[in-house]
This record gives sequence, structure tokens and C-alpha cells, in this order.
Amino acid sequence: MTENNVILEVKGLQKSFGDNHVLKGIDTVITRGEKVVVLGPSGSGKSTFLRCLNCMEDPTGGSVIFNGVDIADPKVDINIHRQKMGMVFQHFNLFANKTVIENIMMAPIYVGKKRLKKERKYNRATKKILKQEVYETALELLRRIGLEDKANAYPSSLSGGQKQRVAIVRALAMNPQVMLFDEPTSALDPEMVGEVLEVMKDLAKQGMTMIVVTHEMGFAKEVADRVIFMDEGVIAEEGTPDAIFNNPQTERLKTFLSKVLM
Amino acid sequence: MGNFIVRFETFWDILVNKGGYRDVITGLQNTMIIAVLGLVIGIVIGTLIATVRVLPKYKRIVRALDSVCKFYVGLFRGTPMVVQLLVFYYVLLPLFGLRVPSVWVAVIVFGLNSGAYISEIMRAGILSVDPGQLEGARSVGFSFSAAMMKVVIPQAIKNILPTLGNEFIALVKETSVVSFVGAMDLYLAFQRIGAGTYEYMIPYLAMAVVYIVVICLISLGIKIMERSLRKGDRK
Ligand SMILES: Nc1ncnc2c1ncn2[C@@H]1O[C@H](COP(=O)(O)OP(=O)(O)OP(=O)(O)O)[C@@H](O)[C@H]1O
Ligand SMILES: [Mg+2]
Repeated sequence: MTENNVILEVKGLQKSFGDNHVLKGIDTVITRGEKVVVLGPSGSGKSTFLRCLNCMEDPTGGSVIFNGVDIADPKVDINIHRQKMGMVFQHFNLFANKTVIENIMMAPIYVGKKRLKKERKYNRATKKILKQEVYETALELLRRIGLEDKANAYPSSLSGGQKQRVAIVRALAMNPQVMLFDEPTSALDPEMVGEVLEVMKDLAKQGMTMIVVTHEMGFAKEVADRVIFMDEGVIAEEGTPDAIFNNPQTERLKTFLSKVLM
Repeated sequence: MGNFIVRFETFWDILVNKGGYRDVITGLQNTMIIAVLGLVIGIVIGTLIATVRVLPKYKRIVRALDSVCKFYVGLFRGTPMVVQLLVFYYVLLPLFGLRVPSVWVAVIVFGLNSGAYISEIMRAGILSVDPGQLEGARSVGFSFSAAMMKVVIPQAIKNILPTLGNEFIALVKETSVVSFVGAMDLYLAFQRIGAGTYEYMIPYLAMAVVYIVVICLISLGIKIMERSLRKGDRK
């Protein structure tokens, strides 16, 4: 494993909310293209861990090294790094005041405009080209999830599964190097879980680096290269899906599995 | 009743033939300038203050800014607008040796004053927007301020539009005090019409009617705006 293969390196990561010590020192290395599924009981700190990876929560200790840069350092411009890390939320968090296509186009246009201004190339013509390019990419992404006919709809008119698929391509529109998923199917009606998992599996096949918090054991078994089991703010056990599901070592994992696999 | 008609004829004569309408028009113009610009300044100030006030209070700088904002809001909500106008015009400006036309003084004071009120309205508006909206925007790389401006504030404004409309109406009504610093307003316009004949019954009645008509028109405008915004929801 060469240095260049590592996309994320987490060292001694800690996070407290006031007196509540949620993450108590997490160390892990994630390589390019790796699919990691994070499991654990409610309140074990899975979401907090994921949100520390792109500094949606500022870690209170340790470091998160993304492409060689410690993004937990407050001096780093986090926005630039976050653009390369997509995040998908349980409740979609699509912009309610924007149409589907605007949701997808907004961030790429924002970043594109910034780049043009920095290069002193920002004018009406370049802006138009930028918008056209971003629009075409957005439409292509919508086609990929079969929702191009919803381009001008508002999120409130979509089903949960459609919303989540749009949320995934909104993140993809920034060409992220890693995608973080926090229980992407937990808020969905059962019949919509499949369509979202399909999109995620496609993404996995294309080689995306993915870190997924989920209770979908089938997805973990099928897609994960590695499963991390978190409990009380630490990684209690980790390994291949086969090792985790068929040969758990710790009591805590055995108890957890017996509950969720029932 | 005959008396009433005579009074009305006198009023009408001064209003139409002796140029009284000019003051009324200037007064109406000033009212709208002061209320509209005051509202715009108020929305800008109010949004800034509201944003500071909803920030997480981990950092010392945020806590310090929060205290300043609280003081500002307390100051402007704790004193009558007339007092603020008078202090600004007769105390602060001479103290700094500045000369500013009284209409602009009124615009500034109305802006500062409504900023204090709107900050509270806007804070409620921002808190009514799902925090996931900010998270979604931050997660794709928007800075905090860009996320607020593009995603959170537009939704907050939509939620508080009826209350903002009320604030605007309150501002229009409060412009009736700007003559205290010598600006022409509806009060002064009609007062002058009456002053020539010491006959105030009809002029002040007319003033009331003008205010009512203006405010009804504004209410109507707000209703239409709200309705068109709600249509956007269903698309
Ligand atoms: N913003 C916050 N402020 C204060 N406490 C928080 C915050 N976010 C999380 N916590 C606390 O951190 C702990 C872990 O929460 P977290 O959401 O990371 O757990 P989780 O493993 O994702 O659980 P779940 O499966 O229910 O989503 C909980 O005790 C929670 O109350
Ligand atoms: Mg969670």
C-alpha cells in the first residue's frame, strides 16, 4: 500500500459535545476505491465519526488527513476540501427553494465562478459557457438515475427515494473523491430502499471511495471491502464482511449482530 | 352640514388652487422613500444581526458580537422612534459637525430602528428553516455565508413575509413623526393646509383617509406577493 493510495487517514480522532465524550480516539486508514461500511448501535458515534471526516463537526482532538492535508486544522480552508468529499444525509437535505436541476447545479456554478474570478476570466461569455457545461453535466447525472423528467420539479414533489437519488447526484456533481453516506435509506419507505441502494452499488462498481453508515446488512455483505463496528466511541472491531458477520470476535459485536440479524 | 361643505370647499381650494397638493405629494413621496429604504436597510441590518445571533456560541468573538447585537437591539427597541430621530438630528449630527438633509436622517434612523425589530423577526425565520438545509449546503462546499445567503435566508424570508409586511406598514405609519426633524410628511402637509385658516377638521380627516388608502394598497400588494410565492411551492 503506497502512500499515494491512501485517501483518508484518521489519527486519534476525538469529539466531545461539552461533557459528552462521543468519539474516544479513532484510528483508521482508508485507501482509494475502498468501500467501508460502518455499523454500530444507536448513539455509538457513527454519525459523529462520519461528520468529523469532512469537518461538519470540528474534531476536538486528533487529525483527519485528506490527500495529505490535515483538514482538522482550523487554519485549513475546509470548504475547498469539502468540495471533494460528497455527503449524503438520512433526510436528504435537498434545497427546498431550488428545483432539482438547480440543486445539482448550484455548487458547481458557485465553485466555477470563484475559479473564473480568481483567474480574472469572469465575464458574461465565460459565465454562460460555465452554466451550459454545468447544466449538461447535471442533466447527464439526472439521466443516470432516470429522473431527467423531474429536472424542473421542486424537491417537495418527489418521493423519498427520488429525493435521495437526487441528493446523491448533487454530491456527485462536484466530482468528489470520496462519498460519505449517513444512513441514506433509513428514512425511506421499504419499497424505495432498493432504488437508492442500486445507485450506490453502481457508484461502488465505478470505483468510488465510499464510507457508508447503514443498517442494510445485505449491502454491507455485497459491497463492503471492510466493515467497521463502532461501539461507545471507539472502533470495537473491524474486518472483511465475512469476518465480521460470520466470525465476530468481541462479545459486543456478537450481541449487536444477534439483535440486528434477528 | 352646510358648515361642513363650506369647510370642505375652503380645504379643496387651498389643496388644489393654492398648491397645497405639492406638499401632500412631497409628504407622500417622503413617506414612501423613508419607509421603503428604511425597510431595505432594516432587512440588511436585521439579517446580519440575526445571523450572528444564531451562530453557535463556542468562540469568544461570536459571544462578543452577540452581546453587541443584543445591546443594539435593546437600545433601539427600548426607546421611541421620535426620541431616536431627535437625538440623531439634534445631538449626534451637531456633535460630529455633520449636515445631513432631514429626509436622509429619517431614512437612517428608520433603517437602524427597523433593523432591531427585523433582527428578531429574521431570527425566528432562520430558526424555522430545517438545519439540514445549512448542512446540505455546507456539505457541497459552500462557505457559511454563501450557504446562508443562497439557501437559508431566502427560505427564512419566505416564512416571515407576512410579518415583514406588518413591519413595513408600521414603518409607513411611523413616518408621521419625521416632521419633528423638519422633513415634509403627510402630517406637516395637511397641517400647513389648515394653518392658513385655523381650520383643521377637513385637513386632518383627509390625512387619515390618505393613510388608510396607502396602507390598504400596501396590504393588498403583500397579499398578492404571498400568493404568488405560495404558488411556487406547489410547482
Ligand atoms: N450536535 C450535537 N450536540 C450534542 N450532542 C450530540 C450532537 N451530535 C451528536 N451528539 C451526541 O453524540 C452521541 C452520538 O451520536 P451519533 O449521532 O454520532 O450516534 P449514531 O451512532 O449515529 O447513532 P444513530 O444510530 O442513532 O444515528 C449521542 O449521545 C448524541 O446525543
Ligand atoms: Mg446517526
